Amino acid sequence: MRRRFYPLISLLLVFVSAGISSAKSEEGHFPTTGEIPDPVAGFNHLWREVMIDITVVGILFALVTILLLITYRRKRAGQEGRPVKLSTAAMFGWAIIPVFIFMADDFYLGAKGWTLWNSYRTPPESSYEIQLESAMWSWKFTYPGGVETYNELKVPVGTPILVRMTSSDTVHSLFIPDFKVKEDSMPGRVTYLWFHPKKVGEHLITCAEYCGMLHSNMSGKVIAMEQGEFDSWLASEQAALTEGGA
Amino acid sequence: MSGSGGGVGKFLKEWIFTIDHKRVGILYLIGSLAAFAVAGLMAMLIRVELSSVGPTITDPNTYNVWLYFHGAAMILGFQIPALTGFFANWLIPLQIGAKDVAFPRLNALSLWLFWMGIILALLTFVVPNPPDIMWTGYPPYSILSPGNTAFYTFTVLIMGFASIAGGVNLITTIIYMRAPGMRWGKLNMFVWCTMAAFCIQLIFVPILGTAVTMVSMDKYLGTTFFSPTSGGDVLLYQNLFWFYSHPAVYVILLPVLGIIFDIVATFARNRIFNYKVAVYGGVGGITLVSGEVWVHHLYASGMPNWIRVGMMMSTLLISVPVGLCMLSIIGTLYRGAIEFKTPMLYAIGFIFLFLIGGLTGIPLALASLDIYVHDTHFIVAHFHYVMAVAGTFSIVGGIYYFWPKFTGKMYNETLGKLGFAVTFIGVNVTFFTMFFVGLEGMPRRYFDYAQMPQLEDGQRLVTYGAFVLAVGFLITLISWLHSLFAGKPAPDNPWGSKSLEWTTSTPPGPGNWPDVPNCEKFDPYGYGE
Repeated sequence: MRRRFYPLISLLLVFVSAGISSAKSEEGHFPTTGEIPDPVAGFNHLWREVMIDITVVGILFALVTILLLITYRRKRAGQEGRPVKLSTAAMFGWAIIPVFIFMADDFYLGAKGWTLWNSYRTPPESSYEIQLESAMWSWKFTYPGGVETYNELKVPVGTPILVRMTSSDTVHSLFIPDFKVKEDSMPGRVTYLWFHPKKVGEHLITCAEYCGMLHSNMSGKVIAMEQGEFDSWLASEQAALTEGGA
Repeated sequence: MSGSGGGVGKFLKEWIFTIDHKRVGILYLIGSLAAFAVAGLMAMLIRVELSSVGPTITDPNTYNVWLYFHGAAMILGFQIPALTGFFANWLIPLQIGAKDVAFPRLNALSLWLFWMGIILALLTFVVPNPPDIMWTGYPPYSILSPGNTAFYTFTVLIMGFASIAGGVNLITTIIYMRAPGMRWGKLNMFVWCTMAAFCIQLIFVPILGTAVTMVSMDKYLGTTFFSPTSGGDVLLYQNLFWFYSHPAVYVILLPVLGIIFDIVATFARNRIFNYKVAVYGGVGGITLVSGEVWVHHLYASGMPNWIRVGMMMSTLLISVPVGLCMLSIIGTLYRGAIEFKTPMLYAIGFIFLFLIGGLTGIPLALASLDIYVHDTHFIVAHFHYVMAVAGTFSIVGGIYYFWPKFTGKMYNETLGKLGFAVTFIGVNVTFFTMFFVGLEGMPRRYFDYAQMPQLEDGQRLVTYGAFVLAVGFLITLISWLHSLFAGKPAPDNPWGSKSLEWTTSTPPGPGNWPDVPNCEKFDPYGYGE
C-alpha cells in the first residue's frame, strides 16, 4: 500500500469505529407494535447520536487542518510547496472513498431520521383530537363537543393528543418546545401534529412562524391534567355551552 | 485608480459612465459595502433590543423593519453583489486573460440596476409604511401587512435583472474570451466556481422574480394566487421562493469557495489538491444538487410527508460535494509552505467557521430533528455560521488578498491580523452561544421573549459577542482606510502568486495587458519543482 493512502485509511478506521460504537449504543427507543411511540425520547436519543457524530467529524477535520498548518508552515523565505502528483488511481481513490464514507454516514443517519419521522407523523389510533384555528395573534382550540378555549390547551394526561389546525389569516406555527413538536397552520390547508402528555403540568406554546407585529406575544399554554379533572372541566364547560346556546 | 486631471466633474463622469470591468467591479464593491454597513448597523440594533426581556429600545413595528432590512440587504445587497458583482467582474477577465468582459455596456447596465436597487432598499427608512415582511416575504402576511410590499418586490426584481445581465455577460466571457492556451483544465478554481454560480443564477432567479411579482399582484391588483378562499394556495409561494433561495445559498457559497481555493493555493504555494475532483465532483456536484433540496426549508410547513422524507435524503447528500471541496482545500495545505498573512488567516478562519456551520446542518437536514429547532435561534446560528459569517470571512479575506492589486497600496499587516482576531472571537461568542439559546426553544424573529425570561443571560452574551464582532469589522475598515491614505505602493506581485491576474501592472490599466497574454505554458497553480 502506498504511503499516500495512510491518512485516508486512518480516516476510514475512525469512521468505522464511530459507526460501530453508535450502533452499539442502540437502546431500542423506537416503538414495538401496540405501544404508543415516544417521539420525545426518540428525539433526545437521535439528537445525542448526531451530536456525537458531528463532533467526531468536526474534531477530526479540525485536528487534521491544525496539524497540516503547523507541519507545513513556511520555514524560510522563498520556500516552495512540494505538490503531490496523484496517479489516476489515487485521484479516483481520493474521490470515491470519501464519497462512500460521507454517503454511508448520511444514509445511516437518514434511516434513523426516517424511522423517527414516521413516529412523529403517525398519530396513534387512540388519539384525542382537538381542532386549532390560529389568528393574529391568538390560538383558538375547539374540543369535540364544541367547547372552545383561547391560548389554553387543556389536555388529559396519558392520552395522545392530535391537534388538527388551520388558520384564519396568515401562517402561524404551533410550537410546543417541551414536546419537541412544531407544525405550521395556514389558511386553506389542514395540518396536524400529535404529542403525548405523561405528567400533570404546564408547557409553553409559542408561535414559530413570523406573523406580524405581535408575533412574539402569541404564546399560550398546554395544561396537562388528570383524566378525571379534565373530564369534569370539559363537562362543566359543555354544560355552560349548552345552556348558553339554548 | 489612475489620476484624473480636469476636476471633480470629469472624475465623476469617468467613474459613473465607466464600462471598464475593473471600475464596474469597484463600484459594485462600494455599493455592497454600503449595504453591509447599514445592514450591520441594523444587526447591532436588533441585538441591543434582544439584550433584555421586554421592549428595550424600540417597538415591534420598527424592530420588524430592522429585521427585514438586515436580511434582505445582507443577502441581496451585500453578499451576492460583492461576490458575483465585485469579485467576478473585477477578477474573471484578469484570470482568463481577457481585455474586458464580453458586453461592457451590459455590464454597466447591471451596475446601474444594482445601484438603483440599493437606493430603493435604502428608501425603506424614508417611506411612510416600510415593509416589515422579512426577506422571505411569505404571503398571506406580505399581502395583509400594512407595510409597503411593492418596495420589496421591486428591490428584488431590479437586483434580479442585474444578476441575470451579469450572469449572461460573465458566462459568455468565460466561454469565448479566454486567452490563447487558457484551456478549461487549467482555469482558476474561482473561475469554475463563479461560472457554476452564474448558471444557478440564470436558472433560478426568474422563479424568485415570478414569486415576488405574484405577491404584489395579489396585494395591489386583486389577483388570488395565494388566497385560498378563491382557489389559491399559500404554500405555492413558499415553494417558489425556496426553489430560488436555496440555490441562492450556493450562488454565495461557490464564489466563496473559489476565493478560498485561490488564497490557500497562493499562501501554501501548492497545487490545488485533486483539482479535477474538486471541479467536477465538488463544484459540479453542488450545482447539481442545488435545486433538489428546497423542501428542507418547509419541513414544518405541512408539506406531504413523503416529499419531506425525500428531500431529507437529498439534503443529506449535499455533504458529499461540499465534503469533496473541503478535502481539496485542506489537502492543498499538505506539503505546502504556508505563510500566515492576513488573507490566509481569513481563509483558515473560514475553514473552521464553515466546518461548524456545515456540520450543524446535519441535524437540520434530518426532518425529525429539524421539527424541533426549525425557526428557532439554532437555525439562525447555523446559517450565520455557514453562509453569513463564513461568506463574509471569504469576502474580507479576498478583499485583503486582492487589495494590493486593485488599490495599488499595501495594507498594514498588524492592523489586518488584529481585525481578524477580534472578528473571529466576536463571531464565535455571538453565534456559538446562539446555538444554545435556540436549543432552549427561542424562536427567531422575536421582538420580545417575556415567556422565556430564563434566556436573558444567553441573549445578553450574544449581544456582547456582537459588539466584539462590530469592533473587529471597524478595525478592518480602519486598516483599509489607513492603507488608502498612508499605504506603501504595492509591487506587481506581492504574494508571489503564479496566477494570471498578478502578471499585470499594479493597478491594472485599461485593457489589463499591453497584449493579450499567451497562456500555452501558463499554470495558475504551477508551484514547486
